[in-house]
Amino acid sequence: MSYVDETYYAQLVRDFSAWPDGEIGDPGTREACRMVLHREARLLDQRRFEDWLALYAAQCVYWVPATPGGDPRREVAVAFDDRRRLEDRVYRLRTGHAWSQAPASRTVRAVSNIEVFPHSEAGVMVRSNFLLSEWRAGEKQLWSGWCGHRLRYRDGRYEIEVRQVNLIDCDQNLRNPSILL
Amino acid sequence: MNTSTFFEGLVHEDRVHRSIYTDAAIFEREMTHIFGAVWVYLAHESQIPKADDFITARLGLRPLIVTRDANGQIHALYNRCTHRGARICRTERGNARTFQCAYHGWTYFNTGKLRGVPWPEGYACDFKDAKFNLAQVPRVESYRGFIFGTLNLDAPSLSDYLGLIKKPIDEWLDRHPGGKVEVREANRLKFKGNWKLAYDNAADGYHVVFSHRSLLEMENRMQEDPTKGMSFYMGKPDEAPMYVQYFGRGHHFKDKRPNVAKRPGALWELEAAHPGMEHFENSIRKKLGEKAGRALDLAAAEPVNINVFPNLSILGNHIQVFQPLGVDETDTTWYATVVVDEAGELGGTVEDVNALRLRTQEAFPNFGEVDDAANFEEIQRGLAACEDEWVYMHRGLGIPGRVRNEPDGTLKAPATDEVFMRSHMKEWKRLMSTEPRISVVR
Ligand code: FES
Ligand SMILES: [Fe+2]
Repeated sequence: MSYVDETYYAQLVRDFSAWPDGEIGDPGTREACRMVLHREARLLDQRRFEDWLALYAAQCVYWVPATPGGDPRREVAVAFDDRRRLEDRVYRLRTGHAWSQAPASRTVRAVSNIEVFPHSEAGVMVRSNFLLSEWRAGEKQLWSGWCGHRLRYRDGRYEIEVRQVNLIDCDQNLRNPSILL
Repeated sequence: MNTSTFFEGLVHEDRVHRSIYTDAAIFEREMTHIFGAVWVYLAHESQIPKADDFITARLGLRPLIVTRDANGQIHALYNRCTHRGARICRTERGNARTFQCAYHGWTYFNTGKLRGVPWPEGYACDFKDAKFNLAQVPRVESYRGFIFGTLNLDAPSLSDYLGLIKKPIDEWLDRHPGGKVEVREANRLKFKGNWKLAYDNAADGYHVVFSHRSLLEMENRMQEDPTKGMSFYMGKPDEAPMYVQYFGRGHHFKDKRPNVAKRPGALWELEAAHPGMEHFENSIRKKLGEKAGRALDLAAAEPVNINVFPNLSILGNHIQVFQPLGVDETDTTWYATVVVDEAGELGGTVEDVNALRLRTQEAFPNFGEVDDAANFEEIQRGLAACEDEWVYMHRGLGIPGRVRNEPDGTLKAPATDEVFMRSHMKEWKRLMSTEPRISVVR
């Protein structure tokens, strides 16, 4: 069942178009968010996709715009996955017949410049930069950009509600964009 | 290599030589004898809707600026300063009446005419001489929004060049209100391989259940029996009612529509799950009731591949463009399209339709094309084996009754036949052996 509707899109675009200046001062919150992002990077590098999915809320979006700040209501994205499509994506990678990932890429990602901003009572917005080095079929390539996360504190942990991946070359032709970024 | 015997040796009835995919000299010749000789797709009119809009493009490797001037006329200007050769336009799109070169400041109108140069008193020449205007593609024509250009003065009209492939293009457009679409960004991919690997694949029904096995499994993971997506390829695709058709001049058509029941809504039923599906589908059904089928079908991938040689493939709801960058590097850009409903034919559901249609279009580039591109790259790697010279495309060849000559001069064959590939290779050979009369105007 998809929860994506006009209201969901509108909130999404609103949350990810303005990044305020005032960062959260509380080091505990910042540390908790930093750990979510680092864990996410590690689980993806380890190809523990099911464990990675468990970091995400039941209603979540993984979004890679195709133009800087591109509005998903107006244009296609490199990827725009709700929970079900994210599970599709992982399912496909696990079939063993996704030739773009068979054999699979080796990846390592560095996440840095983490900043945490207030959003709502239980929610925060997190900005971070990433470098992702990928090796596959004898060749290395580098992905880079910044991420916006919307996290929500629920049942004693921060869940990922939205992750927006902003590639610096999102509007250019990409070679084999079949890994989870 | 200027003789037709040379190319005879490379393209046989059943096979082609590896070098047509790997040889840099052959690639260079393609940039004149193929991309310089035929009508090449440049851009879609909806990308430059207003006066003075522009978008950059390429004709083969030539950098172009496709402009719409103040009178609405479309030009394909060489993006190359007449002075010392710098690209004058360095942004991918925008709106501009003039372009100023950033190197020494020569300025041109968007018609290509030189407007002026800094300190002209330092020159003895007459800058009114047309040789100082930007070069431009001498023949630019549109077919129902698709802008093409050719450098070949002997080429037929665009309409004649397209010939019978216009019919599927018309049908593809005419399913939309007003018979038109608008481009809304793209899924942009690239692969390290020759551009023809993508064109050979464009009507290939043989690869589907193998190359796209993971996609078929994914789309049908909720189904008891596979009915979603391209599952009509499973079993015996050659016995399914779909077919592949060769139209001449390198153009071909894979028509999968006969696999789908002829009733509004049947196409939509083939779609697997997409983000926002329940909400927007319900919204359309609530507004249109019994008549929702047509609107929903517009959000579903139209089951055709309409391939216009050498660089355009209209498939699903995409306008896909093949852009060679080098003998072993190609961009494939999947321009997404949306519906415009000026006359209100869709009863106020066009926003809902497009909300679905944008998400359905992301699926194939994400979960299908990446696997084809991986296979194209593996072909390019495999072809490094230089003593192993031949690439076969003889599926269906020599089986009596399999390939049918239609009264209109086209060839029709079962879905997995490679006759379309053999046929466009023949056209490739003919073009590579013919000297085109190439020129630019200024
Ligand atoms: S190269 Fe353009 S003005 Fe000199
Ligand atoms: Fe394919």
